[in-house]
Amino acid sequence: MNTIKSSFKQILQYPSAMIGVFVILILVGIAIYTMITIPYEEAIRKWRGGEEVWYQNPRYAPPAWYNLFSKKKQPISFAVSSANGQMQKVVNHPGGDVSTIDITYSFDYSYDDFPQELILYFKSSYAEKQPFVSIQWITPDQRTFKVANFSISRQTTYRFTQDEKLIRKLKVENPMVGLFSDPTQPTPTPLKGTYQLIINGAAFEENADLDAEFVFHGKLYGLAGTDNKRRDLVLPLLWGTPVALAFGLLASIGTLVLTMIFAAVGTWYGGWVDALIQRITEVNLVLPFLSILIMVGTFYSRSIWVILGVTILLSIFTGSIKSYRAIFLQVKESGYIEAARAYGASNARIIFNYLIPRMIPLLIPGLVSSIPSFVFLEASLAILGLGDPVLPTWGKIINDADVDGALYKGYYYWVLEPAVLLMMTGLGFAMLGYALDRVFNPRLREL
Amino acid sequence: MDNPIPNSVMDIPSVNPPTGGEDSEVILSVNGLHVWFELRRFGFGVAGYVRAVDDVSFDLKKGEAIAIVGESGCGKSSLMKTILGLYKPTKGDVTFEGKSVQQLSGRDLQWYRSQVGYVQQDPYGALPPFMSVERILAEPLIISGIHNSEKRREQIRKVMEEVKLYPVEDFLPKFPHMLSGGQQQRVVIARAMIRNPKLIVADEPVSMLDASVRVEILRLLRSLQQRHNLSFIYITHDLSTVKYFSERIFVMYAGKLVEKAKINELIQNPLHPYTQALLSASSDPDYHNATKFREVPAGEPPSLVKPPAGCRFHPRCNRAIADLCEVEAPPEFTPQPTHSTLCWLYR
Amino acid sequence: MENHPTPLLQIHNLLLYFRTTHGVVQAVDHVDIALDYHHAVVILGESGCGKSSLARAILRLLPRNVAEYKGEVILEGNDVMKYEEEEFRQSIRWVAMSLVPQAAMNSLNPVIKVGDQVAEPSMVHLGTSKAEALDQAKSMFERVSVPIDFLQRYPFELSGGMRQRVALAMALVTMPHLIILDEPTSALDLLTQANIFNTLKVIKHEMGISFILITHDIATSSELADEVAVMYAGQIVEASDAPHFFTEPLHPYSQMLMASVPRLRSDQDPIFIHGQPPSLISPPTGCRFAERCPKVFERCKQEPPVVQSNGILVKCWLYC
Repeated sequence: MNTIKSSFKQILQYPSAMIGVFVILILVGIAIYTMITIPYEEAIRKWRGGEEVWYQNPRYAPPAWYNLFSKKKQPISFAVSSANGQMQKVVNHPGGDVSTIDITYSFDYSYDDFPQELILYFKSSYAEKQPFVSIQWITPDQRTFKVANFSISRQTTYRFTQDEKLIRKLKVENPMVGLFSDPTQPTPTPLKGTYQLIINGAAFEENADLDAEFVFHGKLYGLAGTDNKRRDLVLPLLWGTPVALAFGLLASIGTLVLTMIFAAVGTWYGGWVDALIQRITEVNLVLPFLSILIMVGTFYSRSIWVILGVTILLSIFTGSIKSYRAIFLQVKESGYIEAARAYGASNARIIFNYLIPRMIPLLIPGLVSSIPSFVFLEASLAILGLGDPVLPTWGKIINDADVDGALYKGYYYWVLEPAVLLMMTGLGFAMLGYALDRVFNPRLREL
Repeated sequence: MDNPIPNSVMDIPSVNPPTGGEDSEVILSVNGLHVWFELRRFGFGVAGYVRAVDDVSFDLKKGEAIAIVGESGCGKSSLMKTILGLYKPTKGDVTFEGKSVQQLSGRDLQWYRSQVGYVQQDPYGALPPFMSVERILAEPLIISGIHNSEKRREQIRKVMEEVKLYPVEDFLPKFPHMLSGGQQQRVVIARAMIRNPKLIVADEPVSMLDASVRVEILRLLRSLQQRHNLSFIYITHDLSTVKYFSERIFVMYAGKLVEKAKINELIQNPLHPYTQALLSASSDPDYHNATKFREVPAGEPPSLVKPPAGCRFHPRCNRAIADLCEVEAPPEFTPQPTHSTLCWLYR
Repeated sequence: MENHPTPLLQIHNLLLYFRTTHGVVQAVDHVDIALDYHHAVVILGESGCGKSSLARAILRLLPRNVAEYKGEVILEGNDVMKYEEEEFRQSIRWVAMSLVPQAAMNSLNPVIKVGDQVAEPSMVHLGTSKAEALDQAKSMFERVSVPIDFLQRYPFELSGGMRQRVALAMALVTMPHLIILDEPTSALDLLTQANIFNTLKVIKHEMGISFILITHDIATSSELADEVAVMYAGQIVEASDAPHFFTEPLHPYSQMLMASVPRLRSDQDPIFIHGQPPSLISPPTGCRFAERCPKVFERCKQEPPVVQSNGILVKCWLYC
């Protein structure tokens, strides 16, 4: 339609609209990127997964970029494994069935705080005789600590902070302080430089082998931090984008299209059809919208699709059906409708080919501006605990944070990250929507 | 796109002497037509009726053009819409080629609608702003079941050439707001003509147009009427355009046709006092006008809910006959064979 | 009648341009008009020629998107263009000249009694008391032939013709010397139209008020006109007195416009003008009517001068 085309050309003249479009394009880009790189099943598996998926991550770790804003640099978490070559692994066969397996890893440490925990996960394969490992820790100033030695079963986890022997050996309550602090300082201060972890393993069978994974739980983690279940928040933040956009768009279009059809049908046929639609609207207007959604969520289903359906259903018969009706009543009297009746257009044809197309340019701004309100609605429901139990969404993050008392405990990032995304969505669509309103309703333009 | 000769007769005939209609068959017949609208009281029940059309009868012959002249609210639009089949008559009927229009349904109704073209007053309002010219003209054809787009295009091209919207290719993709008032009205006329109707109903087709294009559109309508031997109902409030157009003229006042005559008879010898007032109120450009008062009756047309008893014009009439005009409604008198009026003066 | 040394209104080089998304619209382009006391001038033009903008420019009722507004509007010897907005509002608008806007009958406030609405201008602009203003309103109702008991009615209780008369009373109540009528009868019925013109003639003669009548309707314009100014594409192309204009217009556009009027009482064949007026955003150089003019010749490519012949001003090379 040519009016719409020219209107979109006009939009280019509004800088606010361009910012809005830019924000929306970023969000859409994120949504597409997410759906390609993290398939739905994998996202759900990870989101619903527990310790076995997320064991590498610390709990409650703020994002790594916290360091940019603070003088005291916090250690950033990482995990490395010998199985994929991140840790150097040297295997020797000195003779007989015995083999030595030496795994070493060096890393730079230039932080001002101690890590939370170091963990070694061992995996080994053997028939009867368990392999044996001894762990050494070499500090930047070349002090060597014999951390521990023990034989390992097929899967063994060694946590530095829980080794009583190590605590006694280091004479500190927290082995992290013992392993990382600078002995020349009066108070515990981390020593900066290259640390080395050496694992000397010995296997006693011909085909026995052994691998180690070194998990370093710093104070910070990744781009978005982690939550109470060690989950990387990047996942729900990314996946929340397509969910939010889809919910907003579907709810907005669904509501709008159905409202328009009901308004058009009611206005065109008039009489009892119109009266019925009007009465339904009046009843619906006094029904508590949120309470109904909460009831549906509590008693029936919290699936996002059910909530979407109910939202649309309850949003059809609202004030907007009355305002559309007012416009349709005007359009109904216009000459071209009379002409269409005179040349024999059917009722359905008049409604769908003559009444509704007249409204579409008027509705596009409303459509765009109503998307964020549905996104917020979905988030609000999630915050109230009525979010989809399966899907990772922005609202769900805030809900988790809320349940865990994140703000009370000072984990602001946990709440602010989804909140910022919600605000960006609102801002982007609102800026575009207002500009569209000016383009499509020229009367506003002079103001 | 326009003819470079700005002021020539071109191929459009100018005012031709009234032709046609004399001996040909009756195509449309309006018999004792009443169109009343219910006034609803709040809740239930009927508070009264708006007697928009009250006992109107006339015949229209094939190829004949008639004009219905009246002021706003006189019921001429209701009469027209009843003829178009948009309103149902309360009493009486409209027959087209012998078939009663209000009893048509389904295919027959579609056929009737294809036989009647409708030209509206406000060309911009009459065209859907979101459709291109091509689409607008295709609509009636689609409704008539012509689904072959090649065939439709051919017909659209033909009718556009006929209303002089050329080059056709330039106009097809345009939207109404890109056209001038005159061009919009041509599209409206083309839409009315596209199914080769036998009857055209034109409601004030030029009143919204600028003076300089009015004549052009009137001539176009006239030439189409003559070329296709169309029957034509021209509805207007403007007497000065009527004579370029039609053979017979009906004057409507408060729901009734108060005078029926041939156009020249009416202008030279108006019978009904209302017609006389209308003629006296119509001015031609003349500087003497500024120094004269127009002899027009004061007051306004009566309410159609409670029209005055007797002759509906009597409260404004300076020739009203006491004890007659306000008591009894005048029947139709025919002082001359082709000239009749509803007025007691001619009893 | 008193003698006046200067004419009531002289407009020189009045210019009003609007800004739109498509460019600057030259709605009123260097317009000159003079009007004497007790006279009526008709500004005649087709839709989009800038005649309503001219009314706005004279009364300084401007929309927000004005790009340029200048020239001289000398009312009773004073150039009111130099007035500050507040001064203009206090001493000119509705005091010295008032307006009956287009579709005035629909511009009344639906929730205020028409009597109060008519009294309003004299209370606001002249500071009269309410009782006095209502008295004036009453006498104005008599002038415009609206029954006195209509003072207490609301606009929706009045017919279109009556509302139009009320709008006229509203323009008259402050007794200005000049009233601008913008298409005062275009939406009214024939008989109502004739009645209102009868009323306007009475007001003109009895109250000595001057009128600027803006219209596209040539036939009814002759009902009031002493002088005629024809506007085409933002410019005045001919300014003449009514007897000359209605018998023998000079400018080719005026001639064709006159010939395009269907006449009830003559058998003359009306003609039509081909083409459309030029866009006011980028009007052609030279004569703006040249493209549609049957008498066009070489010189029309240059801007025609305004030529005076027998007191008639015409902007056309034919009369040089």
